[in-house]
Amino acid sequence: MYMLTGALLLMGITGTLLGVIIALFARIFKVDTDPRVELVRELLPGANCGGCGKAGCAAFAKSVVAGENLPSRCPVSSQEQINAIALALGISAGSGVRKRAVVRCGGDMFQTKERLNYNGVCDCNAAAVVAGGPKGCRYGCLGMGSCANVCPFGAIEIVNNLALVHRELCVGCGKCADVCPRHVIALVPADAEIHVYCNSPEKGAEKRKQCKVGCIGCRKCARYSSDQFTISGTLASVNYEAETLPGEEDVEKIQCPTGALLSAREHHRIETHDPNWKKDEK
Amino acid sequence: MKYLELTVGAALVYNFVLTRFLGICPFLGVSKRISTALGMSGAVVFVMTVASFCTSLIYNYLLKFSWNGKVIDLSFLQVLIFILVIAALVQVIEIVMQKLTPGLYQALGIYLPLITTNCAVLGSAALNFNAGRSVIDATIFGCFSGIGFAIALLIFASLRERLELASPPKAFEGIPIGLVTAGILAMAFVGFSGLC
Repeated sequence: MYMLTGALLLMGITGTLLGVIIALFARIFKVDTDPRVELVRELLPGANCGGCGKAGCAAFAKSVVAGENLPSRCPVSSQEQINAIALALGISAGSGVRKRAVVRCGGDMFQTKERLNYNGVCDCNAAAVVAGGPKGCRYGCLGMGSCANVCPFGAIEIVNNLALVHRELCVGCGKCADVCPRHVIALVPADAEIHVYCNSPEKGAEKRKQCKVGCIGCRKCARYSSDQFTISGTLASVNYEAETLPGEEDVEKIQCPTGALLSAREHHRIETHDPNWKKDEK
Repeated sequence: MKYLELTVGAALVYNFVLTRFLGICPFLGVSKRISTALGMSGAVVFVMTVASFCTSLIYNYLLKFSWNGKVIDLSFLQVLIFILVIAALVQVIEIVMQKLTPGLYQALGIYLPLITTNCAVLGSAALNFNAGRSVIDATIFGCFSGIGFAIALLIFASLRERLELASPPKAFEGIPIGLVTAGILAMAFVGFSGLC
């Protein structure tokens, strides 16, 4: 009997005492957290992609509540979600231009020559330090999929040894652009349809030797519209800040001689259905 | 001589992980990278020391007492009360650390609450009880047991980081080659036996 009472007493008292101690410590050492941070974090998509420039959704929520960032910095949330956050905090949502990644290279395994046979680690950053990578062009996509590996949304696929962005999946967080050793991936406005699929500043003849689809700097596009296209050296690029971005009908009219200037839809079709595609000379 | 046993003995000869096979779960779970292994080791050394101190107080002064001239021996409650105390202790440490050292709290992260279920901590308390150690001895033993755990975990983590780069047969990749390595490591630690 003594034993039983003693055991019950000991466990009962210890349990209660420890409970009280924990409660006391929780009260004394209470860390005040802003309930709004938790609220914003729940409204965020929770992808932790880092596209906003913060370490994750929790860190972004903190910065939004602190007023360092506007909710529209989140590239993943839809406009309704962003408005919901702004409404909950009573601040303005801000208007951010939606971005999307584009791989500015059309040089897949059928278009660009291989300079050497690389069979090392299948990683762009590793391949780039071995004599500048296997491809003939030192500025193009290496096609080893480092960008596809870091993409939190699975939006990049490697087709024909070339990174291909699936536009419907890409949110424009920019992780791929950070990891690419060639800086061939650019973040462009999401409604841009036309891109120059070349990134090489080399001379046109030099490019032509290695790659069938490089931009040779013929200025055809710039003559068509000097507002929509800019030429630097021998490389044309779309001016994404132009008032009206070029559309597919403009590509038809310009008739880029190498096929570096393409609509994203056409580029996608070529890589997935027609890899042996050749720009017919007109 | 007694202190040699409590220090070198606890850390190397009777290493918690590799000789007594306690705390295998974090040994395999958090040994993928040295940085996480370091965080876990720090948390274990800290909690084991404090837990050994607290549990030794309990079994020395609470579990056996006389009441109305009768000796009441409640030592059969040891496991129950040790778990209770360790869980509460970890909870309290977590609360205090979150307030006072947010940096350390962030660094240890999930490993701190995980230690509640680490059998090495309960094991050190039970071993202290069985050996009937005094409060000071038990604390030293707990501290050095934690250091022994940290040594084993860090060695294993650095081995596994290198194993990532090795190319074992397909069937051995990952955990299997890790377990083989752990076995060889345990055999190496047998070499310490007879030291004290």
